[in-house]
Amino acid sequence: MFNYILALLLAPLLNGVINRVKALFAGRNGPPLLQRYYDIVKLLRKGTVYGASTSWVFRLSAPVGLAAALVALLVVPFGGVYAPVAFGGDILVLAYMLGLMRFFTIIAALDTGSSFEGMGASREAFFSALAEPALLLGVAAIACKTGWMSLSSMLHAASPVSFELLLVVASFIIVYLCENSRIPIDDPATHLELTMIHEAMILDNSGPDLGFIEYSSSLKLWILGALIVDIAAPYRSGLWFVDCAEGVGCMILLAAAVGVTESIMARLRLLRVPQLLAAAGALSSFALLLVLR
Amino acid sequence: MMLLIVLDLALLCISLINTGILIVGLQGLLLGFFVIAIHANALSVRLMAIAIAGIAIKGFLFPVLLRRAIREAGILREIKPFVGPGLSLVSGILMLAVALWIKSKLPLGGIIDAPITVPASFMTIFTGLFLVIARKKALTQCMGYIVFENGIYAFGIAAAGDIPLLVELGLLLDAFVAVFVMGIAIYRINQEFDHIDATELSSLKG
Repeated sequence: MFNYILALLLAPLLNGVINRVKALFAGRNGPPLLQRYYDIVKLLRKGTVYGASTSWVFRLSAPVGLAAALVALLVVPFGGVYAPVAFGGDILVLAYMLGLMRFFTIIAALDTGSSFEGMGASREAFFSALAEPALLLGVAAIACKTGWMSLSSMLHAASPVSFELLLVVASFIIVYLCENSRIPIDDPATHLELTMIHEAMILDNSGPDLGFIEYSSSLKLWILGALIVDIAAPYRSGLWFVDCAEGVGCMILLAAAVGVTESIMARLRLLRVPQLLAAAGALSSFALLLVLR
Repeated sequence: MMLLIVLDLALLCISLINTGILIVGLQGLLLGFFVIAIHANALSVRLMAIAIAGIAIKGFLFPVLLRRAIREAGILREIKPFVGPGLSLVSGILMLAVALWIKSKLPLGGIIDAPITVPASFMTIFTGLFLVIARKKALTQCMGYIVFENGIYAFGIAAAGDIPLLVELGLLLDAFVAVFVMGIAIYRINQEFDHIDATELSSLKG
């Protein structure tokens, strides 16, 4: 349970780390590490403006998205400890909570009636439809390898990293970048609506709603990152605080790696993104085939 | 050997010819070092010769020849496939499944040292054939041929050092001559037709 609270507290820090690393690469000082927290607090204190064409769907989306992210976080183990909720097949809860969150972002974007947001929604739906098989096939590979159906048990048993798991990790990293709209797939910093995916969908949100969305996207960054760290970093010591510190350290390393990627790569052409995601799917299915062999 | 499969999958989804040549060269290097690694405790002069010849020809000579063919023919860098990268990857996974299935059916006995060498070699053979069929340019078809040969070589490794030196070297020489001849042929085709698009070779020159 403590790990759950830790995740709630530390998730926005990852965005700070990414931005700080990008700033270092660009030779700037960059925003403070805690900038995401300041943003969220500031947004929560403001009022919300709703467009004249929006309906209750739009108002519902941000709270539902946050709730879905909080539930999804419940089943993700971290730091060598079981998740607060663990049962056979809980990976489906994770996948569909993330799906629900995305669904509400998409219909809220459509609800505004803005053409840019419609475009963002269409891209998000397309890319996430390609990313989901990669995630689920990868988890299926781990499940077959370890013989456990619950996320906590299977990630606990997965610790000696084998070749199959490396493939899954590679695939999950692509999914991680895609789902969190990071750079080879989407550029989170751009404000040119034509090229954006996630940012284009939330153009009309403001105030506490925007704060909820920012916070739930930080949580999503944490959730998918925790999956990768759980597979790639074996928790060996058995001491709770050492494992926890190791986990947090790895998460920050992962965020820094994302920052480095964003600094040295350009965004892919939109036509190439499905190919990258297909490659992620291929890696996951390759891993699954090897395990089933 | 797992790396061999990863390289096969990479070959199926890349879109630049130069990257493809690099990957084909890497496969050659990998196979050469694999021969040495698998027989590390009983390394004979014969095996060493095979490995070194393999590394030299496949890892260095083929890429050089292919690059020269590109330069001389002035080919565009993009691969133009019949089958797009996404579908190629899906076929790759299917081919891998078939390779694993064949492995489970083959009465191989106990000749295999590394567990996944046979499926990997079948996968490589299928990838080579697929590249020959599904890519338009004569050069990429030539690359498919080399990959195909790599697969046979890998299978040879799997069947331990029982293949006589002459057969091994004969195989290498065959592939070498083939690449050489194809290099010249590609150059000629290019001179004659101004392109090396194999689909349009049958159309009359006007």
